[in-house]
Amino acid sequence: MIEIIALLAIFCGLFFFLSGSIGLLRLPDIFSRLHALAKADNVGLALVTLGIIMLEPDLFNDIKLVIIWLLVMAASAISSHLVARHALRENRDND
Amino acid sequence: MTDTSSTSIVTVALLVALNLLMLSLLIGLVRAWIGPKIEDRYSAILLLGTGGVAILFILAILLPLAALYDVALVLALLAIVGTVALTRSEKSDD
Repeated sequence: MIEIIALLAIFCGLFFFLSGSIGLLRLPDIFSRLHALAKADNVGLALVTLGIIMLEPDLFNDIKLVIIWLLVMAASAISSHLVARHALRENRDND
Repeated sequence: MTDTSSTSIVTVALLVALNLLMLSLLIGLVRAWIGPKIEDRYSAILLLGTGGVAILFILAILLPLAALYDVALVLALLAIVGTVALTRSEKSDD
């Protein structure tokens, strides 16, 4: 039973990953692409991590998974900020 | 009997999930290839980092090999380090 819930969470996360990468391919400019990327990074990886935590029996590895997910959340926020500021500064220099 | 059948269902579903993740990363690689500006390539690199972490999680369940969680940790760290280095070095040139 818990495996079915875990697989459901993993496939919901995969939906977010796929829609995030399709948005990265199809949206018109860099800021909307970063918006699509944030969905794949945060919600997609959160749901995949939730499913993997249900499948993983070892408690130590569960804690490690949560720590990796928090690190990826912080990394995604910081690097999206850096890329967006870089693009904004370049736009301002071109004007 | 039921235990082995449910385990094989989980294995097959995880393999399908792995292939869908590879498809997602392939779409991200197309953006990294055609991206007209360098920021598009940065954002594709971010997607590759996150998708690589998810692939390593699923592989760690499938194989099963718990050391892959540490590889995922290193990959998550290297993605942010690469992005910070690229944006910062671009800034210090001018």
